[in-house]
Amino acid sequence: MVTSAFAGEIPRSERRSGYAFMSRETRAMQDDDSANPGMLWVLEGEGLWNRKTGAASRSCADCHGDARASMKGVAARHPSFGAAHGRPVSLEQRINVCRINAQKAPALAWESRDLLALTAYVARQSRGLPIEIAIDQRMEPFLDAGRAAFHRRQGQLNLACSQCHDDNWGRRLAGNVIPQAHPTGYPLYRLEWQSLGSLQRRLRNCLVGMRAEPYDYGAPELVDLELFLMWRARGMTFEAPGVRP
Amino acid sequence: MASALINVPPRARRGEIIEVKTLISHPMETGYRRSQLGALIPRDIIRLFVCTYNGTEVFRAELHPAIAANPFIAFSTVATESGTLAFQWTGDNGFSVAESVAITVE
Repeated sequence: MVTSAFAGEIPRSERRSGYAFMSRETRAMQDDDSANPGMLWVLEGEGLWNRKTGAASRSCADCHGDARASMKGVAARHPSFGAAHGRPVSLEQRINVCRINAQKAPALAWESRDLLALTAYVARQSRGLPIEIAIDQRMEPFLDAGRAAFHRRQGQLNLACSQCHDDNWGRRLAGNVIPQAHPTGYPLYRLEWQSLGSLQRRLRNCLVGMRAEPYDYGAPELVDLELFLMWRARGMTFEAPGVRP
Repeated sequence: MASALINVPPRARRGEIIEVKTLISHPMETGYRRSQLGALIPRDIIRLFVCTYNGTEVFRAELHPAIAANPFIAFSTVATESGTLAFQWTGDNGFSVAESVAITVE
């Protein structure tokens, strides 16, 4: 297990979800299922879960049954090791593996409405559970790569993720409070996006903000970073679909 | 694709003020934005929301550009009798969604 602490690492007792930095109104929006726009995608995802698709004419439910039982805790354990890939895979990639192998259907595009809806529906089943990322020998090198990316200065502004999210959280970047970057609510509804979005979309946003060239969706570098962030938030409560400003 | 979430208390006392909350999936494209090639993106918004309670209109809202995507509309009404609350959203490009919810008043 990796236990070494970096200089600026946030002590476990001081970790806070992005939720804690939001205004009262935005928190109320997330808490109320009839006001949380992310629930629109959850509703749609439930429909897709039960719809037969692909050459195999099989629905998610045909294999996995009732998602409320079978998908409980799944999103809180991703990225997890994908034996066929030989590396960690994100929840979106896991869904597409099922589409290709079991349903014989084409993969869904990143940030497409259907992929977001299915991801949101699966993630919803983990709400309230603690994030649990199991790191074994196979996963360790990828976690290390993610950690290195988090601490590596990059882009024209020569910034590392850790400089904002470890060293300066709670302070302001222009008008916004800098959160600690714990991915507790993904996929989440960002008011700025007027839409649901994945963690990778958010990471790419940050990279553009640092004037770095963002990695492509599904790039191994982004999955490694996702893995590190989820591991860094281990034990925190999963709250998907979240709402963020 | 259009889906709506509606929250109405399933039962209420006669004369009680109840809160009705609705959320609908819609892009609410303003008609003022331009694509990356400079072409105007045509307006696509919900224009009108109407709620009727056993056939009587109890709430109406006109929507305009600059209202956020996925409009959330909440209002209150008085629970007068058991029956149906019907909701209708209409907008550009023939957008039309109708939903209804039953309420028991005792």
